[in-house]
Amino acid sequence: MKKYFKTIYHIFEKDILLELKSIEVINSMLIFSLLTVIVFSFIFEPGAEYKIDLVGGILWMAIVFAGILGLNKSMMSEVNGGNLNALLLAPVDKSAIFFGKVLSNFIFLIFMEIVTIPVFTIFYNVNIFKHTLLSIPVFILGTYGFSVLGTLFSIISVKSRTREVMLPILLLPLMIPIILAAIQSINIFIKGDTISDADRWIRLIAAFDLIFTFVVYAIFDYIVEE
Amino acid sequence: MKLEKVIDFLSFILILVALYFAFIYAPVEKVMGPVQKIFYFHVASAWIAFFAFFVTFICSIFLLATNRYIFDDIASSSAGIGIIFCSIVLITGPIWAKPIWGTWWTWDPRLTTTLILWFIYVGYLMLRKFIDEEDKRAKFAAAVGIVGFIDVPIVFLSIRWWRTIHPNVLQKGGGGLHPDMITSLIVSVIAFTFLYLMLMNKNLKIKALERKILTIENE
Repeated sequence: MKKYFKTIYHIFEKDILLELKSIEVINSMLIFSLLTVIVFSFIFEPGAEYKIDLVGGILWMAIVFAGILGLNKSMMSEVNGGNLNALLLAPVDKSAIFFGKVLSNFIFLIFMEIVTIPVFTIFYNVNIFKHTLLSIPVFILGTYGFSVLGTLFSIISVKSRTREVMLPILLLPLMIPIILAAIQSINIFIKGDTISDADRWIRLIAAFDLIFTFVVYAIFDYIVEE
Repeated sequence: MKLEKVIDFLSFILILVALYFAFIYAPVEKVMGPVQKIFYFHVASAWIAFFAFFVTFICSIFLLATNRYIFDDIASSSAGIGIIFCSIVLITGPIWAKPIWGTWWTWDPRLTTTLILWFIYVGYLMLRKFIDEEDKRAKFAAAVGIVGFIDVPIVFLSIRWWRTIHPNVLQKGGGGLHPDMITSLIVSVIAFTFLYLMLMNKNLKIKALERKILTIENE
């Protein structure tokens, strides 16, 4: 068990070191998410009242699109030079390697959100933390779910001939529960509606995270064995 | 006669019988009129689509567990057939909905889930097209087949929650079918099941031949 977590940590450490040297993944995600936030602002007239119903969706779309970009980039760096194959040959649990990648992708995404959300708050003049701090678990749980499925599908799509296209095609339909639940709960928090209404949405994200962590853990070794 | 020929023959006959039952035997619905006839094929297609994706799911698990390509053949054939019937569902649904509900499409949970199901398996089939190595293709596709099928109940659950928060515009008035309609529906479902078996059979044969050609070419 200890060895398992150690493997996860080493993969994570490797990714962070690599990222600190180049800052390619986070940079591209960040610029993309900020741009998405700004481009989406053209949906409505400045100062329009109904924007409050839309902003939660816009924020999550920015996160999802930037996340897909980042996943592609982070997995490409593994494939270049045959690094991924070398990792999978290592005498450790293959799912530990997978969860190491999930962890580093998760941290990259969280970092991107830490920068995007305040900028978003300023541009759209809405505070998602005004009524409750419950938005934080929504972002953490949602981002984790996105990382688990996203890492799995980026490993799969990177081996196909149309890698950039394949990832969103596989990922987006499967991500619908998380995207929907995250948008709904963030909308509740922004509007300051009954906070307990968001309860089941958060539970849904948590259930989704658990189910997919377990399923991917169960099948991953079989998928990548040569 | 070989079993294969029997299935071919039976599915041909049964489809004819199903047509008879749907168009002649079953009474015309009082309110909806002839457009209701689409129901027999719509429901039967939906059943086949879900059943086909379930077969893909089971065979994907078997493939990962046993590593035998026959399961990959069954899984991919089933997904292909499932997509065809899922498309039929998504086409016949709006044709019925326009005169009855007054709109082609509504984001009802069942409709939304079916559409998402369609997208998941289109992704599955596209992925298969774009991976060249046979071993990787089988295993990666199996992963999508498993994860995709598990996602469907979650999607259904989540959008149902969503729709109960908002007022539901279109409530389905269910039940109250005439016994003859139920008989026709059952006949139709059985006929479509045989059609599925026939298509599956043909597909598996093609896959086996493809594999044969591939081994001859590699020699």
